[in-house]
Amino acid sequence: MIKTDVVIIGAGPTGLFCAHQLGIIGLKCEIVDNLDKIGGQCIELYPDKPIYDIPAVPKCTGEELTNNLIEQIKPFNFNFHLSDRVQELKNENNKWLVKTLNGKEFETPNIVIAGGVGSFEPRKFPTKSAEKYDGKSVLYSIKDKTIFKDKSVVIFGGGDSALDWAIELSNSSKVTLVHRRDEFRGAPASVQKIKELSDNKTIDLITKYSIKDVKGNGSLESVEIKSETGESKVIKADYVLGFFGLIMQLGPIAEWGLNLDKKTIPVNTENFETNKKGIFAIGDICTYPGKLKLILSGFHEGALAARGCFKYARPDEKYRFEFTTASSTIKDRLGVKE
Amino acid sequence: MAKIKYIEFNGTEHEADVANGLSVMEGAIQNDIPGIDADCGGGMSCATCHVYINDDEWFKKLPEKEMGEDDMLDQAFEPKSNSRLSCQLIVSDDLDGLTVHMPEKQV
Repeated sequence: MIKTDVVIIGAGPTGLFCAHQLGIIGLKCEIVDNLDKIGGQCIELYPDKPIYDIPAVPKCTGEELTNNLIEQIKPFNFNFHLSDRVQELKNENNKWLVKTLNGKEFETPNIVIAGGVGSFEPRKFPTKSAEKYDGKSVLYSIKDKTIFKDKSVVIFGGGDSALDWAIELSNSSKVTLVHRRDEFRGAPASVQKIKELSDNKTIDLITKYSIKDVKGNGSLESVEIKSETGESKVIKADYVLGFFGLIMQLGPIAEWGLNLDKKTIPVNTENFETNKKGIFAIGDICTYPGKLKLILSGFHEGALAARGCFKYARPDEKYRFEFTTASSTIKDRLGVKE
Repeated sequence: MAKIKYIEFNGTEHEADVANGLSVMEGAIQNDIPGIDADCGGGMSCATCHVYINDDEWFKKLPEKEMGEDDMLDQAFEPKSNSRLSCQLIVSDDLDGLTVHMPEKQV
């Protein structure tokens, strides 16, 4: 059990800056994120795309913004718990007991939900029959590529993950790549390589088809694909892989008794607290009259939520507002030598 | 201004007068029409405002897809050749009478 002042859910820019603000006012926090890296949507959706509306930063990419925020909170040495997800919350004696999917437990008076539009999860096949084999022979990510050796593998998708795995696995497996259209969104070099492998019959490339059904008797045997004009084909398959990108799901957050407005959480704009005492929501996931889904709004929301957390983390102390330019306490916390 | 008809997967029809300059997605959101999520708010980065244009004449009449829309549609639920992202369909008088069909689900 880890005891802390605040658990932040979400390591996107909003969660990171909130952590900074907590560090500045002398609170500790632990940060949990479902992704395997820090940065949230900035890293997952647009690492290379320039952002033009961060105050005083005329232009930076999602990756640069993330790296700068990580740098900014370095002095505080906060722990990150990546590839993990907060699953359960329970209130006991005004403390929140937090459990994650990987079995970590926290005790904290405050939780800050900076969850964007939920957690990223792979989009799965729409066919019901695929669920039966999910995680066994129908896969959406690859942990151990040796299982595919000398097997028939059918890969669906047109992005980098689909192309890269088709190329990689073609060395030791019988690979069929299926995509819904003729164009691919992967890197041009990979697209070129796929065309070469298809031309020399190393892989089977089938376009303008999508999945219809998976079939098997206990273990997976084949996958049926369909074209929009109604033709269908059956391909022998030991494994079926789907790479359709990530979708965002609210997930367990919806189960915690918070007021929800569509997929967002209404908050009090004084401190960004939700209807539950000690649970705050900031960034894209919160809503209030006039809400803008901008990173800069998330920064503001995080600063106020941090002060809101102070009240519950240090009930016997009075919060004193200080500037980073002037306060020697803050400079100590930042490890700045004058 | 254009009258846009939105048809849910279960067949429920909704009609909305949408002002020029708004997107077909915004027309749905502002009129509380279910079936379009628009998680990213119109930034062409989520594919949760996916619609089908079943009338071929209408499909051809719509402004062409910009770079990136088809890439995003690859990641939609059950994309077809008549799929569009409704955030990319900007309403003008020319779109008066357009009908869009919603997929079974967005995520």
